[in-house]
Amino acid sequence: MKATIPGLLLLAALALLPAVSGEYYVNLGSQMLIAVIFASSLNLLVGYAGLTSLGHAAYLGLSAYIAAWLALRLGLGHAMAAPLTLLATTAIGGIFGWIALRASGLSFLMLTLALSQVVWGLAYRWTSVTNGDNGLSGLTRPAPFGIDMENSNAYYWFVLSITAVVLVVVGRLVNSPFGASLRGTRDQARRMSSLGYNVWAIRWCAFVGASFVGAVAGLLYVYFHKYVHPSVLSVTASAEVLLSVIAGGAGTLAGPAVGAVLVVLLKNYASGYVERWNMLLGAVFVFIVLVMPHGIVPGARSLLARLKEKRA
Amino acid sequence: MTIDRRSFIAAAATAGAALAAPSLVRSQGTAEPLRLGLLTAKTGPFASGGLDMERGLHSYLAANDQRLGGRKVELIVADTGGVPSSARTKTQELVERERAQVLMGPLAAFEALATDDYMRARKIPVFPVAAAEDMTQRKANPWLFRASSTSAQCAHPLADYCAKKLKYKRMVLVADDIAYGHEMTAGFQRVFEEAGGKVVQKLFPPLTAPDYGSFLAQLNRDADAVFLGFAGSNGFRFIRQFNEYGLRGKLALVGGMTALDEAVLRNMGDEALGIVTVNWYSAELANPVNAKFAGAFRKAYGYDPGFYAACTHVSASVLDAALEPLKGQPFDRESLRTSLQKTNASTARGPVKFDAWGNVVGNVYVRTVERKDGRLVNSIIETYPDVSQFWTYDPKKFLAEPVYSRDWPPARNLAA
Amino acid sequence: MQFWLTQTLNSLALGGLLLLLSSGFALIFGLMRIANLTHGALFMIGAYVAASVARAGWGFAMAVVLAGLATAAIGGLFERLVLRRLAGNAQAQVLATLGLSFIAADLCLVLWGGDPIPVSPPAFLSGPASLFGFSFPSYRLAVIAVALVAAVVLYLLLERTRLGARIRAGVDDMPMARAVGIRASALFTSVFCLGAMLAGLGGAFGGPMLSAYPGLDADMLPLALIVVILGGVGSLMGTFIASFIIGFVYTFGTALVPDLAYVILFLPMILVLAFRPTGLLGGARA
Repeated sequence: MKATIPGLLLLAALALLPAVSGEYYVNLGSQMLIAVIFASSLNLLVGYAGLTSLGHAAYLGLSAYIAAWLALRLGLGHAMAAPLTLLATTAIGGIFGWIALRASGLSFLMLTLALSQVVWGLAYRWTSVTNGDNGLSGLTRPAPFGIDMENSNAYYWFVLSITAVVLVVVGRLVNSPFGASLRGTRDQARRMSSLGYNVWAIRWCAFVGASFVGAVAGLLYVYFHKYVHPSVLSVTASAEVLLSVIAGGAGTLAGPAVGAVLVVLLKNYASGYVERWNMLLGAVFVFIVLVMPHGIVPGARSLLARLKEKRA
Repeated sequence: MTIDRRSFIAAAATAGAALAAPSLVRSQGTAEPLRLGLLTAKTGPFASGGLDMERGLHSYLAANDQRLGGRKVELIVADTGGVPSSARTKTQELVERERAQVLMGPLAAFEALATDDYMRARKIPVFPVAAAEDMTQRKANPWLFRASSTSAQCAHPLADYCAKKLKYKRMVLVADDIAYGHEMTAGFQRVFEEAGGKVVQKLFPPLTAPDYGSFLAQLNRDADAVFLGFAGSNGFRFIRQFNEYGLRGKLALVGGMTALDEAVLRNMGDEALGIVTVNWYSAELANPVNAKFAGAFRKAYGYDPGFYAACTHVSASVLDAALEPLKGQPFDRESLRTSLQKTNASTARGPVKFDAWGNVVGNVYVRTVERKDGRLVNSIIETYPDVSQFWTYDPKKFLAEPVYSRDWPPARNLAA
Repeated sequence: MQFWLTQTLNSLALGGLLLLLSSGFALIFGLMRIANLTHGALFMIGAYVAASVARAGWGFAMAVVLAGLATAAIGGLFERLVLRRLAGNAQAQVLATLGLSFIAADLCLVLWGGDPIPVSPPAFLSGPASLFGFSFPSYRLAVIAVALVAAVVLYLLLERTRLGARIRAGVDDMPMARAVGIRASALFTSVFCLGAMLAGLGGAFGGPMLSAYPGLDADMLPLALIVVILGGVGSLMGTFIASFIIGFVYTFGTALVPDLAYVILFLPMILVLAFRPTGLLGGARA
């Protein structure tokens, strides 16, 4: 594939980060990569299925909490806890998807919001399980093949490899026949239906897939922070990832990655230099929407295309 | 994959920028200035308290030539937004990028819990504002020195005052539905009931309840008084609505340490007069350190310092006193820790020393709201000296019990 | 007995406030299919503006009027300059409206600081009223009245005026409305201004009950969304009914089942939508 060489070069460049930067930047890099995975998971819904969800933080949060609970209350090791977490979260995603897909458009958005708020409320109130707003702390990072992940560099490379795998898998999925039919349901649902496709089932599969990848992000999140708090399930968290996807360019593979990196940079890095970073974030979004209404990546592409045209 | 050339260039540029960024980090040079990091929340729901934290610290440094213990201080302020994951990121920024040697803050309990293991691993001396009990009890961090209070440290003496001086027999406890509210009311309930009183109702409105109408309607009217365990602005909103429902005069109000903070008081009117609260600080304290602090703060910012401003000011006093004997030596965290454990500092709140778990032992004041010089102040009516986080209980027994929570100690006197 | 009466009145007052908040959102979404996620921020701006005007001593009536005008202006400008270009691009609208709400929220923090600012109601309404032997805040009774008046005015506007006729035509069938000569662009701007103004008025009237504080926008927006979706898109009557349903559910729910306090707002909506995806009185399109 023609994209493989640039992709591998990028991977190599990113892998070199710990060699040239201090620990702070490596940790920032890990956070960006986790955000990239999370945004890519939502993109399956928002970009490829055309279903705008404002409740996606539920899957990252559920995964983080379940992993934490399995480790702290049941004492399970990572090798057991991780697959169980992914399974449980995806199953819940399937149920939520079943509920949410009874509607479409704004009603769908509201259902996803409502479902994630119910989980948020549970996290706050069910203190015997979740420890309420004190959160769950005292967690550890896994040590696959005996490599100690407490070391920031090791964890960064771990997250980087998983991000690469996720992006490849998502890319394959999106370019497969299933991906084509998914895009079909986004663009022409009625026509797909009349052609015999089960639109609901296709959408539901996308929902489940999105919650699975979201759960992966959740695991990496809880390993990184070693702490989980109900705020991870908040509307703000869902809104941020949605904004990342849209700003970067929903429906493209690179879009959510670009959007996620942008939001993390503004939130964590720019906030050290700009006191009014919230306003800056809002202004950046409005700017993107005015100049590149389909997102950064599509906007950049059309800009490039126009430049090529001018030259021709 | 369909990453095309354009997006690859964009991504590579970003990576390149990240690689170049380390050159922006200041070189460390000599160990002379003390690098002090302040973790505060300048945006988000805690913005008002967070801003006061910064102001309190600036106040102390300005009055002391930007020095603590004779060392010049380089202050770096980080905004956590009141979100635990940001708190951790900002802590990493302060420690890894800015090479902070001592930290003050964070503000909220969950921010402190989110960053605890990191700070412990890095052995960073930290002066939190957060009041979470276990941070200096069952999960004590040897590098943590809290100069303010645990959630219940001030509630214990107030309960004693309510039972013995105000002679309340039945009380209702209302607090935000967060750990801070649970811990504070649990401590109050324990001491109040042991002194012969009965807690007949406990209500925990959600932290972001837009309206307290439905909670006010449920208040048990047979009680003598209501204890308010709110933080931030919720106490103020509750009191206003309390008066609107005609409850003023029917039930007395007493407040915990953040219910009627000076920062909130300045926006209130006569409805606040006469309300008794408790805190380890009041802008009206007459000791020499506070006389200078409160006056300078008022002049600079136009309002009295309260809980948050005093917290960082007191922490700075303590750090100053602990660094004094280490003058001339390069910064060493171990010697700072030993010094802090032995410190007996004179601060704006009065004398401060630490117990074996890193929590303050100091005065706690019972105050009432009065109008003075045309503004509302918290006048001191009673002082409880040398109050520790364990009140009069034996520390070992206290720690063997579960941490204070919504259900512990169990409330046995709740009216149906 | 007193408990039930007080809670009923509380429910009505909360419902009234929700009606003021949500009717603007419902209008904008019904006609323009734009989910105006800035709505909470507009409510908050209304509350802050009213607080400042009242503090300056210009009286509550003036505060309300200026709050409504301010938010109408902001809404109109935003629609003309930004939203107009994003017609049909729902995701871009989400980005734009949320982006504006971030800017608005931070601006309010800069201008008014982090502490809550009380809004003083008119003097004759600031004390408790005595009803059947118990006290209830007179201001909240006034809010119920104001909400009902607003509902009636909106109804008359929609049913008896030409603007209303044009709006109804647009909501029912936009292409056809254009075909009979209704100028969509002017209509959109007017409706967006009207919706924004309603949000600002809601904030001004809500100020004495809730105070103006940072985070008010984030607390109010989900409520508006819940009410409009529950009531059914495109139906103002649905919004009216849903406002009061939510008012009752929230007030009695938090009192009677405190463990469900966080989810009590969403459960009815989930239940209704699961069985009737268009909401209680919604039209065929959702």
